[in-house]
Amino acid sequence: MSKLIGDAACAKSEGEKNNETDRLSCQTEAPILEALEEFKQMRLVPFDVPGHKRGKGNKELTEFLGEKCLTVDVNSMKQLDNLCHPISCIKAGEELAAMAFGAAHAFFMVNGTTSAVQAMILSVCKRGDKIILPRNVHRSVINALVLCGAIPVYINPQINERLGIALGMKLSEVEEAINANPDAVAVLVNNPTYYGICSNLKAITQLAHAHNMFMLVDEAHGTHFYFGENLPIDAMTAGADFSSASMHKSGGSLTQSSFLLCGANVNAKHVRQVINLTQTTSGSYLLLSSLDISRRNLALHGKQIFHDVENLVEYARKEINHIGDYYAYSKELINGDSIYDFDVTKLSINTLDVGLAGIEVYALLRDEYDIQIEFGDIGNILAYVSVGDSYKNIERLIGALSEIRRLYKKSRVGMLRHEYITPQVVTTPQEGFYSEKMSLPLEESVGHICAEFVMCYPPGIPILAPGEAITKEIIEYIKYAKDKGCSMTGPEDMEINRLNVLRGD
Amino acid sequence: MELWFSEKHTETVKLSIKVDKQLVSLQSDFQRIDIFDSQEFGRFLTLDGYMMLTEKDEFIYHEMITHVPMAVHPNARRVLVIGAGDGGVIRELTRYKNVEHIDLVEIDEMVVKICKEYLPQTACCFDDPRVHPYYEDGLKFVRKHENEYDLIIVDSTDPFGPGEGLFTKEFYGNCYKALKEDGIMVNQHESPFYTSDAIAMKRAHKRIVESFAISRVYQAHIPTYPSGHWLFGFASKKYHPIHDLNASRWNALGLKTSYYNTNLHKGAFYLPNYVQEMLHDVE
Repeated sequence: MSKLIGDAACAKSEGEKNNETDRLSCQTEAPILEALEEFKQMRLVPFDVPGHKRGKGNKELTEFLGEKCLTVDVNSMKQLDNLCHPISCIKAGEELAAMAFGAAHAFFMVNGTTSAVQAMILSVCKRGDKIILPRNVHRSVINALVLCGAIPVYINPQINERLGIALGMKLSEVEEAINANPDAVAVLVNNPTYYGICSNLKAITQLAHAHNMFMLVDEAHGTHFYFGENLPIDAMTAGADFSSASMHKSGGSLTQSSFLLCGANVNAKHVRQVINLTQTTSGSYLLLSSLDISRRNLALHGKQIFHDVENLVEYARKEINHIGDYYAYSKELINGDSIYDFDVTKLSINTLDVGLAGIEVYALLRDEYDIQIEFGDIGNILAYVSVGDSYKNIERLIGALSEIRRLYKKSRVGMLRHEYITPQVVTTPQEGFYSEKMSLPLEESVGHICAEFVMCYPPGIPILAPGEAITKEIIEYIKYAKDKGCSMTGPEDMEINRLNVLRGD
Repeated sequence: MELWFSEKHTETVKLSIKVDKQLVSLQSDFQRIDIFDSQEFGRFLTLDGYMMLTEKDEFIYHEMITHVPMAVHPNARRVLVIGAGDGGVIRELTRYKNVEHIDLVEIDEMVVKICKEYLPQTACCFDDPRVHPYYEDGLKFVRKHENEYDLIIVDSTDPFGPGEGLFTKEFYGNCYKALKEDGIMVNQHESPFYTSDAIAMKRAHKRIVESFAISRVYQAHIPTYPSGHWLFGFASKKYHPIHDLNASRWNALGLKTSYYNTNLHKGAFYLPNYVQEMLHDVE
């Protein structure tokens, strides 16, 4: 235990240590990992959960996942701390994470970045409060509004006509929304977007703060901003109050593990209470140790890691643009406002000039070339490139894209371009979700108010959210996306032939 | 003292060769390279512990991967060789006077360096003025060429290491594009015998069939490769491997070979039933 207290002290004295070497020497520690190693050596006799008892009670699972994995799938206990009320190794791990991210406080999250997004919204909004946000947010954001009953004030994102993608938030539009809703309690930005587009985070934060509003950032696709060099500004540096940083995306931890970061003006004790409303009381040590180890890795080696990723992606972009018709975009899009910056580690590629929808290229890559990419939408694909990739695999992707163009190129006549349809909000997401509803066939639902989500997954940005009017344009979009092979999710009817709508008066 | 090189052919089968001396053991950027001397097989080269060639039986592989397409194509002048850092394919190709230009693309320059020093039996002809070596990824090289080659020879390692990209549909498709309208591609095609080799073999065949109008498989007997029963792929835009074989023209060249002859050429395409069935399954 003395070691753990030492770790915590290391994190706490950060304020006095401006020296980079001292900071890095603290980051070599991984208190949860160390506590688990110590725990293993104690050889405790387990008369507690989980019932698989270090894997001995489930041979098939142990065979599949490996004994090492099962021996640390354990319950909270004195020497391993408790995620709901951390006082030793988890506390030390959170302090080290906060230091690494430049945050006042960091929370280990084990219910996905979704839980981090919900916790930050639930921490600042209650029923009837207004929150200013772009509509092209992840469903977890609107889910949080269903839970707490806050009222969304949507800012329509700018659209890039050539690419058909939604961009960042324009500063002037945020200002307009703030002036029109001076009673709003918070502004939320998704930064960067899935495609790598960044808003002017610092200016938007200053604007929000000048009007006494909290600044929330869904930074699910921007964990690497904290560790790489010459990347867009991260939320904590920009002065934001909250960030949901999806460590399992660019950070390398296990799926479902994430960080919620808080700035200096946030009451972290209240945030902990909000997190504990919905968080499991059996936090997985597989997830927790993966956060701890990945944080250490990024703090120590992040610069080199993301430098390498950037080089790989730059190479791929150059080669893909050389093939012809594909457009792998980057910083040339920057316009000083709705595209304030671009995340060069994202390999986003527009496919419309090949005459194929992004989702069609996505399916060809998987079915014909055994290459799985992150997602394809109407006009774009995104290949997720990380520290785990090699030039060898990048060559396969480039080679396959070149072949797809040679073998499948079509005229682009009839290609739908728009990825974004301006929603018509009739009532709050909570009202929409909990009101009396009825089920209608897709075509007959036009003119009604939707009671559920409809989205392509990934990227998981709702086409329709509860409380929004169903228009002809939206139904056509849904049919087109289904026809092109998008994986549609959200509605009760898994086939999306029917929609739940509000029962009229 | 006894020193043995062993290679696992499956999880439960291995081939061992008694070694006199280990001459080289190093790690390149891509793989581990070892060279040994042995009494039975002479000098031999392994990559990541897998047998690549021995002085005793390399002639079988190199003659079969080179002379079969050369006896079919009426005038192969521009040839692309991918892999083949040991130089064996180059040695056979440079025997043809009508070959004007050979591009050799090997990802690992270290293999060529080591072979030049330790395996002069195969790495004898890199100085031929027609040979142009490139040290880069084969998939990348071939992607940038269109309608350029009469023949592409893919002399790859197994599909589990640096050679993985050379067993993919995108690679075969890019080769198709790099070939002229009557071009031929020949590739190292793994073995039908042990299960994991057979899976790789079927997968490669399926992907070649999807890319080329004519896709046939032929066999040879290579003692130091797993099971000894080895296959090659013959993929072509126009020429049939048997109907378009011009035996008298090839025999008139007067090339002396130890394994290949024009009768065996035809026979090599007649495959055992179980192999035919495997190929048929994926066609």
